[in-house]
Amino acid sequence: MKKVSTTPPELVIPSGADPLLTVEHLTMRFGGLVAIDDVSFSAGKGEITAIIGPNGAGKTTLFNCITGFYTPTVGRLTLTARGEEYLLERMDGFRIAQKAHVARTFQNIRLFSEMSVLENLIVAQHNELMRASGFTVTGLFGFGGYRKKEKEAAELARYWLDKVNLTHLADINAGNLPYGDQRRLEIARAMCIKPTILCLDEPAAGLNPKESSELNKLLIYIKDEHDIGLLLIEHDMSVVMEISDHVVVLDYGSKISDGTPLYVRSDPNVIRAYLGEDEDEELPPEVAADIAKDFDPENREGV
Amino acid sequence: MMNQSNNNTSGIDFTALLKESGIASLVALGLAIVLVGFKTVDTPTGMDIATRWVWVLVAVASVFVGRMLFAFRRESKASRAPVHVDLEAKEKRSAIIVNRFSTIGGPIFIGFALVLPFMPFADRYVVDVATYVLIYVMLGWGLNIVVGLAGLLDLGYVAFYAVGAYSYALFAAYFDLSFWVCLPLAGLCAAGFGVLLGFPVLRLRGDYLAIVTLGFGEIIRVILLNWYEFTGGPDGLSGIPRPSFFGLELKRTASDGSQTFAQFFNLDYSTMHRLIFLYYLILILALLTNFFTIRIRKMPIGRAWEALREDEIACRSLGINPTNTKLTAFALGAMFAGFAGSFFATRQAFISPESFTFIESAVILAIVVLGGMGSQVGVAIAAVLLIGGTELFRGLEEFRMLAFGGLMVAIMVWKPRGLLAHREPTIKLHPDGAPPPMKQAATEGGVK
Repeated sequence: MKKVSTTPPELVIPSGADPLLTVEHLTMRFGGLVAIDDVSFSAGKGEITAIIGPNGAGKTTLFNCITGFYTPTVGRLTLTARGEEYLLERMDGFRIAQKAHVARTFQNIRLFSEMSVLENLIVAQHNELMRASGFTVTGLFGFGGYRKKEKEAAELARYWLDKVNLTHLADINAGNLPYGDQRRLEIARAMCIKPTILCLDEPAAGLNPKESSELNKLLIYIKDEHDIGLLLIEHDMSVVMEISDHVVVLDYGSKISDGTPLYVRSDPNVIRAYLGEDEDEELPPEVAADIAKDFDPENREGV
Repeated sequence: MMNQSNNNTSGIDFTALLKESGIASLVALGLAIVLVGFKTVDTPTGMDIATRWVWVLVAVASVFVGRMLFAFRRESKASRAPVHVDLEAKEKRSAIIVNRFSTIGGPIFIGFALVLPFMPFADRYVVDVATYVLIYVMLGWGLNIVVGLAGLLDLGYVAFYAVGAYSYALFAAYFDLSFWVCLPLAGLCAAGFGVLLGFPVLRLRGDYLAIVTLGFGEIIRVILLNWYEFTGGPDGLSGIPRPSFFGLELKRTASDGSQTFAQFFNLDYSTMHRLIFLYYLILILALLTNFFTIRIRKMPIGRAWEALREDEIACRSLGINPTNTKLTAFALGAMFAGFAGSFFATRQAFISPESFTFIESAVILAIVVLGGMGSQVGVAIAAVLLIGGTELFRGLEEFRMLAFGGLMVAIMVWKPRGLLAHREPTIKLHPDGAPPPMKQAATEGGVK
């Protein structure tokens, strides 16, 4: 269980100079267990940053620190967006979404399943609607333009429903949607808080190759058209290699590699982390070939 | 008859059925001997035990036959080929029924409630029972905010009812304030206590929340019972003033400088006036609760309550402040209990801690659960069934609670999610039905 802290010689990340989110020396301990150990990296605007690593590497813990579900033991998380600087590690969980507009999805889908698809998207715009309804007081009596604001919220919801192809299902309960639709709805809901950065926890898990390629298109569309940062945890290497601009690799809570997909793919540290520790042992050639194939978007099956 | 059915339906093992029924009736025998077999009777020399073997026989026989029929039905269902049930269509149909019930049934109920006191059969007793039922309808609607919408299981709701009742009684006794001034004050006091309870239980959910709220309900009752100098302890508070009708008193003789209701309208004095007045008062208060709830469901805070019920973690990730959201639910739910409480105090003119025991909380919760959580009409029907029903069963004497329990079990077997459990979305994108789905993924259109 050694630590590899070699700085890669070349880091050609597109917007490395002007980061949206900077993570510095992030450490998270649960009692004696170190889930994240001194991790630093940055994620840029208009860029997809993928965080990969074997199971238990601390990827979801990192997300929980960024989105305020955990308070980090050590470290600083700076979000610079819309002319403001937010120190995320000092903010309450819900304020990170409310003020800094950090949106996230969950590994196990967390929709409001007994509410309709549209209501899910309206709830996501809670804070704006709350203000428009005069914190319920004026809204209750029908004053103060709440109705107009609600219509606008429904329009934004419709926009995102169109994007994820769920408009015709807007009025049914979210819990009755098929799995793939629920995944897309969760992304649409996160987009409804008008995020500065969108954190996706394994969005392609459980999707078939066709759905997965549609998801890729959606993510690229969000990145290009809405100019926000995307942070992505993903196990499906084909997705990672195809759409991400920047890859951070975690293993046992430490960062072992950081760079462009091309760089990371050939980093011996990464290959070792995915295949085992023993340096003396040569990889059997067929395994090595399989791995190379897995990491290569060109040879991907299914799409 | 049994032989015949044996021949007709193949695949049913009658020895197993007999064995099952036999075991059930043995259990029934064991219970029946002790419960109905012996009765103490007064004799001139003291007490004696009488045996009632016929009753035991009836109980055992009915259990045997009942179990037999039950098992037979189950077996014959199982032996038949599985029937294809279109669940979606079934759901849709029940949704339509519930909708029709809510849109048509609601106004019919309200209309009926409005004319009830002038019906020919509406004597003193009927109006009194209807008033009593309406108190529970209002309490059910109030608790529905906390349990049905926000999903916070509250077993101590009666505490807020007590706070409302005692606030009115004490404000009236110490400061000589009228009912109409005290009503909002009592609501505010109860809401304050709602926030007070809300703070320590913010992080609790489900069973843990239920236990703490149960404890809170008992704390309030025990304080009322023991703070003798202030609340009168077990003696309660009596002589609570009656409300006036826009300054007109509903009494036989007016106090100095005021008129009675009967004098003003040139009517003969009747005690029914006050009863009918109280009836309309609680009807208005209950309807106010109802309209408030219907309206607030469409407000962001109402949607946030429901979202919080569904998934608190997702709410936090969307920037919803869970603390404020929960506290407002507790406070508003408690406020309506406070209103109901002060009405209760003014109606009875006497209150004591005995009226605010745990069983009251349980009954209110039962009304909400049986009615279908979140359903306004359902809660009203459940209140009429449970409270009005127990009045109907008064003739059954000690078996009244048995009928009450039986009714609850029947509703839960027949409608496990409550009488009217269907939830209508608070906002719709396609009010006239959904358009056909688009064939092409919209994302593909969006990407170059």
